[in-house]
Amino acid sequence: MHSFGYRANALLTFGLSILALMCAMASISDNLNHPSPTAQVQVLNINWFQKQPNGNDEVSMTLNISADLQSLFTWNTKQVFVFLAAEYETPKNSLNQISLWDAIITSKEQAKFWIHTSNKYRFIDQGSNLKGKEFNLTMHWHVMPKTGKMFANKLIMSGHRLPEKFR
Amino acid sequence: MGWIGETVDSIKSIQIRQVLTQAVSLGMIVTSALIIWKALMCITGSESPVVVVLSGSMEPGFKRGDILFLHMSNDPIRAGEIVVFNVDGREIPIVHRVIKVHERQDTGEVDILTKGDNNYGDDRLLYAHGQLWLQRHHIMGRAVGFLPYVGWVTIIMTEKPIIKYILIGALGLLVITSKD
Repeated sequence: MHSFGYRANALLTFGLSILALMCAMASISDNLNHPSPTAQVQVLNINWFQKQPNGNDEVSMTLNISADLQSLFTWNTKQVFVFLAAEYETPKNSLNQISLWDAIITSKEQAKFWIHTSNKYRFIDQGSNLKGKEFNLTMHWHVMPKTGKMFANKLIMSGHRLPEKFR
Repeated sequence: MGWIGETVDSIKSIQIRQVLTQAVSLGMIVTSALIIWKALMCITGSESPVVVVLSGSMEPGFKRGDILFLHMSNDPIRAGEIVVFNVDGREIPIVHRVIKVHERQDTGEVDILTKGDNNYGDDRLLYAHGQLWLQRHHIMGRAVGFLPYVGWVTIIMTEKPIIKYILIGALGLLVITSKD
């Protein structure tokens, strides 16, 4: 009854269940945080705007992104993945989401930033619908916890418009 | 001399009973594990509700040996979500983030492009030859939760099969020799 094996087993089971409970509680504690991040994005310049040989429109732009995501960080936050996506509708597609820029933020100190950049991923349409197209720039963030449930949210900045002519 | 025969019989019968109970309890363990796995499959709607991260392409978010809980619902797939997908001609599913989505107006079908957070370029090089987009049927599920390190058990067992056999042997021995 009180052999070494039984004691080891009981200890292991107890230790593992305590660990599991702590992980669950850390994940639940994230719900107590009500973040209020802010972000501003400006399209500073359309670098070029043309039709590819295969018929798809492509645009390159310079962006100025500033954001304060510090309130997303809790003690259970491992990293915040933040990205800026262009979102628009075309006759063919009910939704187009194209990531233009992203970053991995691993500490609260880095979570307040501003950056001046051209789009990191290519902004290519499926087809030729981008002339004069109105689009939203949406800042998305995905919070990865040290353990437990991941969560995400976004901030939509509407009212951006592409030029009427290729350049 | 009658009592010797009786004791031999009783010992024999006891051993058979013991063996039977042990077999039944072992069967219970195996079936309950199976029940839990199948129940998880039903709840999450994913063929494999739990996956182990095998590569470092999503670091520092997911490291090798972390486990992910998957969920497969009818919700549309959107940029930024971490999905697990199968590519034709590849056995091992890949866990990467969606960076582009094009959803059809008429059919609701989606074209998806993925990228590993730690990779330099997008995943077109990983897809089948000539494949530009992933479709809905490639997606096995999206990651909703995360538990660190636990997956190392599986990685060690698949890469060092000897350890697996030693472990199974030791457990089997324990079950056979246990008294109650």
